[in-house]
Amino acid sequence: MIERLIESGAQLFLLLALAPLVTGFIRKLKAKLQTRRGPGIVQPYRDLGKLFRKSMVIPETASWIFTATPWILFFSTVLAGMMIPMVTAEAPLGLFGGALAVIYLLGLGRFFLALSGLDTGTSFGGLGSSREMTISALAEPALMLAIFTVAIGAGSTSMSEIARTAIEQHWRFFAPAQMFAFAALALVLIAETGHIPVDNPATHLELTMIHEAMILEYSGPYLALVEWAASIKQLVLMTLLINCFWPLGLQPAWSGFGALWGIGWLLAKLLFLSCAIVLLETTNAKMRLFRIPELLAVAFTLGSLALVSTFLF
Amino acid sequence: MIAKLFLSAFVVWLTGAVAALALGRHPAAARRVACGSALVGSLLDLAGSMAAIFAGNSTVIGLPFGNPAFVCAIRIDPLSAFFNMTLGVLAAAVSLYSFGYLREMEGKRNLGAFGFFLNLLLLSLALVFTASNAFFFLVAWEVMTLVAFCLILFEHEKEQTRKAGMLFFIMSHAGTGLLLIAFLVLASASGSLDFSSFHLLASRMPPLQQGAVFLLFLFGFGVKAGLVPVHIWLPDAHPVAPSNVSALMSGIVIKAGIYGMARVFFDFYGQPPLWMGTVVLALGVASALLGVLYALMAHDLKRLLAWHSIENIGIILMGFGAALMFRALGYDNLAALALIAGLYHTFNHATFKGLLFLGAGAVVEATHTRNMEEMGGLIRRMPVTAACFLVGAVAISGLPPLNGFVSEWLTYQALLAGFGTTQSLTRVMFPIAGSLLALTAALAAVCFVKAFAIPFLALPRSDKAAEAREASFPMLAGMTALAAVSVALGLGATWFIPVFDPITQQTLGVRVSAALVTAHGWALSPGTPHGGTISTAGIALFFLLAGAAFALPLALRWRRRSTRGPAWDCGLPGLTADNEYTATAFSKPLRMIFSALYRPSRSIEAEYEVSPYYPSEIHFESKIEHTLEKRFYDPLRERILAAANRMRGIQAGSINVYLAYIFITLILLLLFGVRG
Repeated sequence: MIERLIESGAQLFLLLALAPLVTGFIRKLKAKLQTRRGPGIVQPYRDLGKLFRKSMVIPETASWIFTATPWILFFSTVLAGMMIPMVTAEAPLGLFGGALAVIYLLGLGRFFLALSGLDTGTSFGGLGSSREMTISALAEPALMLAIFTVAIGAGSTSMSEIARTAIEQHWRFFAPAQMFAFAALALVLIAETGHIPVDNPATHLELTMIHEAMILEYSGPYLALVEWAASIKQLVLMTLLINCFWPLGLQPAWSGFGALWGIGWLLAKLLFLSCAIVLLETTNAKMRLFRIPELLAVAFTLGSLALVSTFLF
Repeated sequence: MIAKLFLSAFVVWLTGAVAALALGRHPAAARRVACGSALVGSLLDLAGSMAAIFAGNSTVIGLPFGNPAFVCAIRIDPLSAFFNMTLGVLAAAVSLYSFGYLREMEGKRNLGAFGFFLNLLLLSLALVFTASNAFFFLVAWEVMTLVAFCLILFEHEKEQTRKAGMLFFIMSHAGTGLLLIAFLVLASASGSLDFSSFHLLASRMPPLQQGAVFLLFLFGFGVKAGLVPVHIWLPDAHPVAPSNVSALMSGIVIKAGIYGMARVFFDFYGQPPLWMGTVVLALGVASALLGVLYALMAHDLKRLLAWHSIENIGIILMGFGAALMFRALGYDNLAALALIAGLYHTFNHATFKGLLFLGAGAVVEATHTRNMEEMGGLIRRMPVTAACFLVGAVAISGLPPLNGFVSEWLTYQALLAGFGTTQSLTRVMFPIAGSLLALTAALAAVCFVKAFAIPFLALPRSDKAAEAREASFPMLAGMTALAAVSVALGLGATWFIPVFDPITQQTLGVRVSAALVTAHGWALSPGTPHGGTISTAGIALFFLLAGAAFALPLALRWRRRSTRGPAWDCGLPGLTADNEYTATAFSKPLRMIFSALYRPSRSIEAEYEVSPYYPSEIHFESKIEHTLEKRFYDPLRERILAAANRMRGIQAGSINVYLAYIFITLILLLLFGVRG
């Protein structure tokens, strides 16, 4: 019992502490590749710290939805994070839900964020909500096909079960089904976490804004919560991707040395995936909004191929 | 005991109907009597059906009328009891709501007639769910259809209402015609009209006949349920009815079609061929997707909800289709899982769609419009209605931890398990259906962001919305009750699941609730060895604890550091409702992405005096095309009208000719009889 609590606490800490670091690393590396100096890796922590200390302005037009949203978003994202295996194959809150619950909890956060975008009554908020909801809706079938492919292999939607199956079938991730599913999920990850070619949170231009447009009216601690939740969501989806497909280094249990080893592997895998994302971001231009469905159609096709490959190969 | 409860419910409804009609001249009394009897009857029906479910066996009640050829008897088995329970919960809440909702109509409309039809509708629904013989079933079915027709036409002075009612009337009767044929085929095979003689009968018929009967039932009941492609009446008819009737129509009347399918598919068929399940699954997916896609384009709040009924019928039928396929493949436990998913969603949809229609009714009464673009900011004027509507919106979007999520999760699990049940290519259907279910659910979330945010959030878009008043107490009570049931069905899923045991025992011969509920009643699992688990109660507990420990204290602390200020208005002089995103704008990206389906067209006409750059007035019109209506139903209607025109020739209007017709028919029938 105590052990479970320590494990859960450790994963919670990792989730909360590591998320801004991943965001900071991606930004820094991107800046380097664009021959900019860029802010330091720990800049997201400084931003969060600063925002939490600031006072805030709440729009006169907003209702209680606006103030409740950051909390719902933050808690649902953290809860989703507690349902995936990070360091050990066992997810701390795996009993509460598996892959489907993770997807739907992220959906709950997005639902409220979109509501709060419309709640302020500005054109930007509505624009962001409309685009974000549209893109994530179109990403959903590809995401579900990829999840189904790995879940069929494991015979379960439980994330721990999926990770354990992946460990047992050593080097299975070179199988065609796994590769296709990985590619589909990676495209969804790009679309869901606001990276080029789908979204570019670094710009504040109404023509290109998606995620940023929804949260324009947030300030101070609530903005910090929303930004932190966005980082955690990115970490959750990245961890989901790497631990479903590359179970290397996943530990059977949290034991002193093993845990450190597991964390080391996690960091190494995250580093690798971050580099891949940055590479993709710097070598591509942002897509027009109405080209994004084509990208997601590619993801869906890859998901279907993954599914068909499960029984062809 | 069970029989007494049911019979007293019937008597209360019947008395209420007659009394309301008699009190037609005293609107206030008629309203109280009609709603009171509807409420009491529903509660009795609910109590009776719950007792019947816990008893777990069938109760047969003979009614004191009918004759030996056409027996009027009812049988309450677990399946009937389940649908009666759904009816009881929804009808009780709607009756409560009607106490307040109908007050507005006093003196303006004939509330006596309304009360008569309302009580009769509930009575006929309960009889449809319990009739134990084909003849009596069809009579109850027809009464239900006619009463529903009268209720839809309640505001008959509007052209739109009359058209919608007519379409409903024609489609319903086409459906009933199909049912009639199907029942006659069954009756001629069994030699009796009793449902118990149909048990497993259909599977013993020759394959061709079996298939034909199946399709007749599927489309006959499908018309009532709103199955694509025979759904076209639904989005017209549901919105034009008074909102409490819409709630009943979408919540339970269309479920009569679902009940019929459940009865036929799982009672009359033993082991159906595989293709039947695939047809149901495919039509379910089509209904779900088309329903939600057209809902996205609807900006009439009630029409949007009506389209969502088609979507949810699709989700229910995905469960049923998977159950039929598992049955065919010999996996009874999985069939039970899929059947439970479908039935759970049936109950869930009754609660949250009822809730949403009641909420829409409150909004429409307050703003006097169904057009979402003229609402806005209602969360401040109508806080309780808004909160209830939000619960319904989250539930119907399938988001945790509410009830819509639970039944969709069960459907996913059934579809996922389906992949391993066969080696044929058919198995690809399961994950594809699953991913399209994911698309449906995600689009539903998009649609309900729109359906909640545009009417309730931001600034009022019209004077009527700015002056809206919160609904009256009985209306709020009715909505709150349904919201509470939605939450309870979500969080208490593990406690609700055992309700399905008698049903699966009766239809499939297995009890699976013990396998579905794990972790000391805290989590649901699909019943497979290492299956994933879900705990809505756990999720809710997490939110509650985290909220109490962090959100509440911190929010109170931060409140002191927060000020209210104007939102960013791009430097223009103040933010007005004109700056807001509209429902049309919100769904624009999807309208463009799915333009192959919608074939959108728009026309913009600007009037100007000096220069086209300074228009004085702009008329904007945006339309989408309903492909099925245009490509299939419109030509069909023209054909029928043309055929009717040609047949007019034989209708000479002379009595002698008609007598000759009768004579010839008689002779032909005699000849037919002699030969047969």
